[in-house]
Amino acid sequence: MFAVTTLVAISFTLAGGLVEADIAASLLWIIFFFSAMTGVSRSFVQEEETGTSIGLKMAADPAPVFLGKFLFNAALLLSMAMLVVPLYLLLFNLAVVHVGGFLVTIFLGLVGLASAGTILSAIAAQSAVKGSLLTVLSLPILLPLLITATNATRTALYGGHLAGIMTDIAMLIFYNGTVLAASLLLFEYVWNE
Amino acid sequence: MTAIIAASFLYVPAIPGFGATGETARLIIYHVPTAWVAVLAYLMATVYSVGYLLTRDARRDRQAVANAELGTVFCLLATVTGAIWSRAAWGMYWNWDPRQTSIAVLLMIYAAYFVLRSSIGCADRRARLSAVYAILAFTTVPFLVFVVPRVFPSLHPNLGAGSERVSAMSPEVWVVFLASLVCFTVLYLWLQNIQVRLQDLQAKRLLRSVD
Amino acid sequence: MVNRIEVRGLGKAYHNRWLFRALDLTIADNSVLVVQGPNGAGKTTFLSIMCGLVAASSGGISIVLEGRQLSQGERRRQLGLVSPELKLYDGLSAVENLEFFSTVRGLPFSLPRARELLALVGLGTRGRDFVGNFSSGMKQRLKYATALWHHPHILVLDEPTSHLDEKGAQLVEQIIYEQRGRGIVVLATNEPREVKFGDQAIVLA
Repeated sequence: MFAVTTLVAISFTLAGGLVEADIAASLLWIIFFFSAMTGVSRSFVQEEETGTSIGLKMAADPAPVFLGKFLFNAALLLSMAMLVVPLYLLLFNLAVVHVGGFLVTIFLGLVGLASAGTILSAIAAQSAVKGSLLTVLSLPILLPLLITATNATRTALYGGHLAGIMTDIAMLIFYNGTVLAASLLLFEYVWNE
Repeated sequence: MTAIIAASFLYVPAIPGFGATGETARLIIYHVPTAWVAVLAYLMATVYSVGYLLTRDARRDRQAVANAELGTVFCLLATVTGAIWSRAAWGMYWNWDPRQTSIAVLLMIYAAYFVLRSSIGCADRRARLSAVYAILAFTTVPFLVFVVPRVFPSLHPNLGAGSERVSAMSPEVWVVFLASLVCFTVLYLWLQNIQVRLQDLQAKRLLRSVD
Repeated sequence: MVNRIEVRGLGKAYHNRWLFRALDLTIADNSVLVVQGPNGAGKTTFLSIMCGLVAASSGGISIVLEGRQLSQGERRRQLGLVSPELKLYDGLSAVENLEFFSTVRGLPFSLPRARELLALVGLGTRGRDFVGNFSSGMKQRLKYATALWHHPHILVLDEPTSHLDEKGAQLVEQIIYEQRGRGIVVLATNEPREVKFGDQAIVLA
């Protein structure tokens, strides 16, 4: 919901003016980032606030809890994207040059947002401020992902060397792999006291 | 330390070709070591964080925090000296050159680390969660090194085609530069040592008052 | 003794205050331990440490079954907790809550067993109702059902009869009695009625 509102708002203010290549790609990922922050933070904050986390801790091992939350968040972000992306292309009059690269980049970028977001929301949920902390914690960690994804998206939208996208995609895969592995290892320290 | 500062102004002749007067090049004697220490401090903070998670020894947490505090200070210095250099050498304070971006992100990581710590009341939880964060953030740092240069062209000397400039530094400059590097590292280690001991004493005092 | 709980040198400090220190005791199999003390003395904390929810500041609690000390994962299998801090999912029905926890624990879910357990705790007719609509007494009863589902060896009860009427209190006594025959019960309470159940008592002050 947040994503759609932002999109519409930005399009409105630009009032049909042309959007430059760089800005268009960045815009998309800014929207994705903040939508992820709002969407993903719910996964643990709610459990802490309603007190159901204790029951969960008594019944489950940390790894399945993390994977479950992560997959849910990934699915959430991907379904959000299915709505946002067509709208985005429509409102800004963009045509995609490298469709495959475009889609793969979005997929990998959102999965990365989900994995980092999940463990960080688990950390933020145990703090006093909860929600707002998530953005502060996420930005430095997600910056490499956002930069790479924006770069790849830009190339995919406006044409450019396919090799460039391939390298970006490889980077995203490595990044996701690293963050996911680190999250899985570290999660039990967040979950158990 | 004072010897270094003195030497950097008196002993080292101005390097030609750097900015209007060449004086600004002296900055490199401060800038590079501070950046180096900022990164080293973070590495140490991460190591102690891992140590904390494995041993749950509060001392490790204190060591991690001490390193992070020092690291933040040095990182701030590095960012500022870098910006001054940038203005002098290329005309603008900030241009998202890869190294600048990296040091800015490091600064953000330090800031986030302390924001996290300040938002948790319970000491055990604070130590545990900030340790996790430090480690997680550390795993993403290498990506900055690879990612950003690909996207932005670099204005930094020592990267890519700039290496000729480095060797253009006269021997006197090299001596002072390396001495500065060593000196900053020693300074950092010494400060870290003091900081940790200070915190140890504070912790002991706390425990004694508790009994 | 093949099955027992050992508390050795247990201490917990919060914000520069020691809640308790150097706690040593052994809880034998087929016995009930009652933990008493005024509010804020650390009864809940003690139980939480036993359940692995909170870390001790010094010392520890080890659970030994069949001569072997249990790991954190194995503890989950053998502990059932009923506590005011433990909340169930309001958005799910009673049966769905049981199904959820059963699945999460990796145990097969059987509807007949769920109905049987719900009937035991006095919720026989309310299986399909949303827990969000339950009264506090009903929620307490459901907590017992979820705590007993996986046949834990140890039942940990924090304020066992809170929110319960006379019939509910009798149910709890029955559950404690039966669990004592099967395993161990650790309960924290100041209710004189429950206190007299204990084979062993400690007072945290």
